[in-house]
Amino acid sequence: MTEQEIYASLSSKFGDQVVEFIEEETLNPTVVVEASAIADICNYIKDTETLQFDSLMNLAGHDPDGESDLNVIYHLHSTELDHYITLKTFTPRDDGSVASVANIYRTADWHEREAYDLFGIKFSGHPDLKRILMEDDWEGFPLKKDYVPAEFYRGMRIEKVK
Amino acid sequence: MGALNHKFNENILITSLDKLMNWSRSGSEWYFQFGLACCAIEMMSAAAARHDLERFGAMPRSSPRQADVMIVAGTVTLKMATRVKRLYEQMAEPKYVISMGSCANSGGPYWQHGYHVLKGVDQIVPVDVYIPGCPPRPEALIEGLLHLQKKMREEPILAKKED
Repeated sequence: MTEQEIYASLSSKFGDQVVEFIEEETLNPTVVVEASAIADICNYIKDTETLQFDSLMNLAGHDPDGESDLNVIYHLHSTELDHYITLKTFTPRDDGSVASVANIYRTADWHEREAYDLFGIKFSGHPDLKRILMEDDWEGFPLKKDYVPAEFYRGMRIEKVK
Repeated sequence: MGALNHKFNENILITSLDKLMNWSRSGSEWYFQFGLACCAIEMMSAAAARHDLERFGAMPRSSPRQADVMIVAGTVTLKMATRVKRLYEQMAEPKYVISMGSCANSGGPYWQHGYHVLKGVDQIVPVDVYIPGCPPRPEALIEGLLHLQKKMREEPILAKKED
């Protein structure tokens, strides 16, 4: 199935919750969807016979400019039918949340923890949402573009170049 | 050393024992086997057949209790820094630290934007030898170990240290 057909299938099934389809030369063809619908959409594209997206290759957080919404990007592949699609969803910078897909794709478990660790994106329904790379007592989410590094961490100086 | 404590009161004996013990110590720089980044690959290469650190009596040990030298080979993240410090504290005296490569020396490429990197391992443990390079070749590591041997041979180990 082409990406265009996958988009058509999703948009006829989920209506308004599928926001738009982005097709550019430099990007993978991407379907933008609402954060609240992502779990339902993943369930649907995994189980539908014509789609069979059984592999979540990657899940990443993304902060486009330090002001607008944070993104979560899902790269999916069907090992049965050998087609690809990229899903993208968005959530407010501070107290938004995205439905977890960890129960649908086991891959998502640690990837969602990473996105939480570095961007502070909360995934509702995740079985064990805690930091994965940084220490548990770390303050802030370091890959957000408005992150300001602390001066000290446990008494160790984090020097800044002026 | 415990058996020799307080047995020899004559200075001249202590001086020559220093030499004897330093000679044997410097010939068995057992280093602590752990690597933090790409420098560890060079350390492994130095230990393997072509460069053969064992020629100098340096062999890797997997426990801090048995190690004399800690080679900090790689990027010390703030998370790892707490562990590095604890491992250093678990080593038995006399103990030495070699800071291998730019990251351990000063933060290296993470100097400016490394929110997660300690800018120099000498902030948490005392360093005896710094080896520049990114990463240093095995020859450089060997030279560092030889410099440390020199330092060991000149140290009065039985005389009381002034803290």
